[in-house]
Amino acid sequence: MSSARKPKLAVWKFASCDGCQLSLLDCEDELLDLAGAVSIANFLEASSAVQPGPYDLSLVEGSITTSHDAERIHKVRRQSKYLVTIGACATAGGIQALRNFADVNDFIAAVYASPQYISTLATSTPISAHVKVDYELRGCPIDKGQLIEVIAAFLAGRKPAVAAHSVCIECKQRGTPCVMVQGTPCLGPVTHAGCGALCPSYRRGCYGCFGPMETPNTAALAREWQALGAISRDIQRAFRTFNAAAEPFRKESTAHGDQDHPG
Amino acid sequence: MGTNVTIARDGLQALIEALRADGREVIGPTVREGAIIYDAIRDIADLPAGWTDRQEAGRYGLEQRADGALFGYTVGPHAWKQFLFPARETLWTMRRTGDGAEVTDGATPASRHAFIGVRSCELHAIAIQDKVFVSGPYPDTNYRARRADAFIVAVNCGQAGNTCFCVSMRTGPKVEGGFDLSLTELLDDTRHDFLIAIGSEAGAAIMQHVPHRPATAADLSAADSAVARAAAGIGRHLQTEGLKQALQAAPEHRRWDEVAARCLTCGNCTMVCPTCFCTTVRDHTDLAGNTARRVREWDSCFTLDFSYIHGGSVRHAPRARYRQWLTHKLANWIDQFGTSGCVGCGRCITWCPVGIDITEEAAAIANAPAAAREAHHEGA
Repeated sequence: MSSARKPKLAVWKFASCDGCQLSLLDCEDELLDLAGAVSIANFLEASSAVQPGPYDLSLVEGSITTSHDAERIHKVRRQSKYLVTIGACATAGGIQALRNFADVNDFIAAVYASPQYISTLATSTPISAHVKVDYELRGCPIDKGQLIEVIAAFLAGRKPAVAAHSVCIECKQRGTPCVMVQGTPCLGPVTHAGCGALCPSYRRGCYGCFGPMETPNTAALAREWQALGAISRDIQRAFRTFNAAAEPFRKESTAHGDQDHPG
Repeated sequence: MGTNVTIARDGLQALIEALRADGREVIGPTVREGAIIYDAIRDIADLPAGWTDRQEAGRYGLEQRADGALFGYTVGPHAWKQFLFPARETLWTMRRTGDGAEVTDGATPASRHAFIGVRSCELHAIAIQDKVFVSGPYPDTNYRARRADAFIVAVNCGQAGNTCFCVSMRTGPKVEGGFDLSLTELLDDTRHDFLIAIGSEAGAAIMQHVPHRPATAADLSAADSAVARAAAGIGRHLQTEGLKQALQAAPEHRRWDEVAARCLTCGNCTMVCPTCFCTTVRDHTDLAGNTARRVREWDSCFTLDFSYIHGGSVRHAPRARYRQWLTHKLANWIDQFGTSGCVGCGRCITWCPVGIDITEEAAAIANAPAAAREAHHEGA
């Protein structure tokens, strides 16, 4: 970019494991180019030097699980021209959205020695449930190549070239024989591409880390899982992981219960 | 040409070596990831000796054969299109220069291929892609170069697959043309030989480096019996007469809704189809804004982006996407290219994760045209 002022980049953390932010630091080959193209103004994982806003591009990791964060995300939005959520927590509520299916107080009582110090919301919700989001990048964690693509697209003023179709297309493009047709239940046909079909390339079924693809027929997939021997609880658990609260996965998991595997 | 000779099992090793000595990368069937796939082979030991495949709608598995046949399987998840028409290709790269930009073409094909084990249905599939990429008004330079350089060793099927229907599509199982050499495996308790038909001058030239003897009448007769056995054992049937008209007259058939309830819109059928050729292009720029790259990738009519135009996707409903694929493959392809787009290999049946069977879906519409009148207009 030849412009005098470099766009200011900020990275924000909400309820999350930091893995998606680390994907940015993991862009070893591209980090120098990134530092040349943007001013890294607020990225606590990388530097304690913080420049004040406003920011041209904010990358937001994590979900909203506390009333404090529910207010803080509005401050982030107000300081950000363009806001991109990165990862399953920010985009769908993350693994911590399992609380949405139960009573969070039960979890608190089970986990913490002194539950009276814990102040949390009853649900974990994606950033888009609170503020306008300009772009959502999927994955648990995100794919660093896709992150660079999104940033490069922002800098060029173009749409990111990120496909919303199934993992199957990536599987076939790399020549991996279908594990599901060979008998292993797989979420690939209903899962958003982006990982490069990593698990099937190691002969494992897809875990759905990138959340629902554009038009997921989860009911048809669940029927085929049953034909392969999966019980209702297996199906519920498969849909209740990192993207449990993404609506198509939430709905399918709710259609399956513990009835054929008590306890 | 047109000559038949016979080689022993060892002769196949000599053939692989001769093709390699001719500067070719030899691609053939080999066992990997629980399937018989196509990949680079260096030795006869890389071939799937003693293996066969068991296929049903949505199911695939390998089993040991009682004999040591090298080609005792049908077709697997791979098709030759991945070598002639790779899944991802850079078309061009543009770099910013002091006063403008410089464009360089994507990489041109580096290796000369020899394909070993090409089935009759696959030869027909290659011929169909030739119509699209070579004979059409806009030839694809890289495809044409790879195709012109490819040496094809076909093989006659000695057994049929459960999801195959080449007999219905008149694309097999007997190899009729379009090869440099064609093999028929002759295997019983007393022998393991291959009958070879020489189909081109390049094929005749290679055979000078492969020990062989003239084929006997018994060899020819054994080869004919093997192919007849495959034809008789074919697993599926598609009634093609009147099918084009029936499909084109049934855009609102109830069956499209029924199949849409099962269809995952995952795109697997189009990816494994040896004739499907649709692609998308994606433009990428680098962080510094100095380089742009246009990449072409396999795409599928089952994705929303595939039919995206200003304002949204034309085929939003899954029924519309399945209907597009089936009617294009079996009907509109004939108007467009003069042949069906289907060669009856059965891959879309086997590799559909929920086992949707193209022959069943086509028959349901062809056999019950009346249901077409029970119109569903929403979500077309």
